[in-house]
Amino acid sequence: MSTRHAVRDDLDSRPWTGPTRRYDILKEGAIALAIVAVLTFGLSALFSSPDEPALTFKGWSQSAPDNMYATMVAEMSGSSETAGYGPPYNVNSDGLSIGPLALQKWFGVTHPIDAAQDFVIAPLQSQQQPDAVTAAVSQWTSASADQRTAWATAYEDALNDPAGANGDATKVPAGDYGPVPTLAAAVVAMASSGAYDGALASAGGHFFNTDNTKQTMLMGDGSYMDDLATAGNLQGNTWGMVNETGSWPGQQWLATYSFWYQLPMFNNEDPNNTVATVLTDNADAIIFAIMFVVILLFVFLPFIPGLRSIPRWIPIQRLVWRQYYREYGKR
Amino acid sequence: MNGMAALDQPAQYLTWGWLSSSIPNLIVVGIMLALFVGALLIPFPKESE
Amino acid sequence: MTRSDLDRPVRVLQPSESGGTAEGQKADEVPTTWTGKFRAVWMRTLPPDKMLPERQPAYVSSWIYVFGMLTIVSLIVVVASGLVLTMGGVAWWHTSSIGHYVNSLHFWSVQLFFVFMVIHLWGKFWMSAWRGRRATTWITGAIAMIASIVTGFTGYLIQSNFNSQWIAFESKDVLNSVGLGALINVTDFGQMVLLHVCLLPLAVGVVVVIHVLLVRFRGVVPPLEAIDPMLEVAAKEAKS
Repeated sequence: MSTRHAVRDDLDSRPWTGPTRRYDILKEGAIALAIVAVLTFGLSALFSSPDEPALTFKGWSQSAPDNMYATMVAEMSGSSETAGYGPPYNVNSDGLSIGPLALQKWFGVTHPIDAAQDFVIAPLQSQQQPDAVTAAVSQWTSASADQRTAWATAYEDALNDPAGANGDATKVPAGDYGPVPTLAAAVVAMASSGAYDGALASAGGHFFNTDNTKQTMLMGDGSYMDDLATAGNLQGNTWGMVNETGSWPGQQWLATYSFWYQLPMFNNEDPNNTVATVLTDNADAIIFAIMFVVILLFVFLPFIPGLRSIPRWIPIQRLVWRQYYREYGKR
Repeated sequence: MNGMAALDQPAQYLTWGWLSSSIPNLIVVGIMLALFVGALLIPFPKESE
Repeated sequence: MTRSDLDRPVRVLQPSESGGTAEGQKADEVPTTWTGKFRAVWMRTLPPDKMLPERQPAYVSSWIYVFGMLTIVSLIVVVASGLVLTMGGVAWWHTSSIGHYVNSLHFWSVQLFFVFMVIHLWGKFWMSAWRGRRATTWITGAIAMIASIVTGFTGYLIQSNFNSQWIAFESKDVLNSVGLGALINVTDFGQMVLLHVCLLPLAVGVVVVIHVLLVRFRGVVPPLEAIDPMLEVAAKEAKS
């Protein structure tokens, strides 16, 4: 280290012996507090704050009954997002990985969800049902797992056949679907009465319940919440996390995190681009790792060569200290 | 108490390629930049002793 | 207090022994209690005139310096409005217009808090304010910002409205993808409420206190191109 550098470091680290000025910290704080309080009370009175009501299963069943019906079929066949999610909800997939690191699997299944049982059968069993529904529930519960999947998959294929029913349950051709159509219709009926929201909230017979994992997962399996989020510009690939419902400002402090999701390589929809597909499929894990490094760079910036020198290369500091430099000179 | 100009209506969005922002978010960023530039350029009062 | 306490003769303290400061003790008197030793270290590290100085170096002369204070007072308004919200319970603000107004106070003070904090960060970056053994000040500030972002995020999760449903659904994938979802379940409303109103604000508060004490301890960083006042004194002495 050069002598000049050593002297410089010494000036920075030793207590200031140069000229001083009066500076009343507490007065500054009191004025600042008054300003912030006035701003906060004023902005709140002028602009209020966002509170778009939470979605309910009752609302879903009334706004998009066909979609809820199809979602229930997917829960039974195992094709829904929740049913095939993997840890921490079930073992039906390995989840994401960063290269060879499959961190998602490490803690195993800590919040178990059996999609067909928790979303269809248990809620139906929790209250009195018409005889046909009770019979359908027993037919399902006494069937083998393979039989259940065969019924539900056959029905799901028929229901979603674009050349056939195309989502319209009344146009599904006859077939060996077991109790699946009856169960799905029963859930939608139960939801439209409002009972399904209560059945999920008190699942397992709990009086107190503050865990909304199952409700949130199921709500996300259909298109009802997803469509509303798209309409509100809340999707992850359109900076959704930094946006807010209505016309309020959002969580812009998440922009650095959200940024990575906007990059084409983490947004790939071209199946031929295999590298980008791997990146996109594992985007959540890879971006978490990237952000971990970004945060380390930010926290330890004083020790990062190059980054820590930017303020010397772009001397905005001369604006900050121009009054001092003018009066007392600079090197 | 629900606000004289409650911002319930959907926001307008501006989009440039993969970069997009709602007008309210842009306004906040604009205020931040203006405050920062103002803090650098506006002379700080001399001490009054 | 009993009668006998009052009857006990009072010994008047001598000026030399009444001072609450380390200087109040005789110079050769080494503190022997933990309390005394702690006080001695505290007084050496952050004596009152360093903790609450009436003067600052002459270079503390730019509006950029007020944004640290603005961030702190915004945090005070955030915490105060949050405390009022806690009194009504988690659903109060959906059903009461007063509750909704308090929620608005919380919402806007958080916006102000982050606006001021980011400007404070920009200012400190361009001043390279980590110079002169001030790296820990920067590090605690950075940690305070990250902790604030996590706290803010959990706040958005417990609004119990459409927005919180959606961001819980979206963000669970992030935590699940690296295994953290097993420990921190963003779709568990109860867990998020407790994190947001207890553990995380406490963490932010503690880090901010350490940050501010470090600022007072190290003092405000000198300008990058300041002339060393010691050298000036030496030069003047050489001339005369």
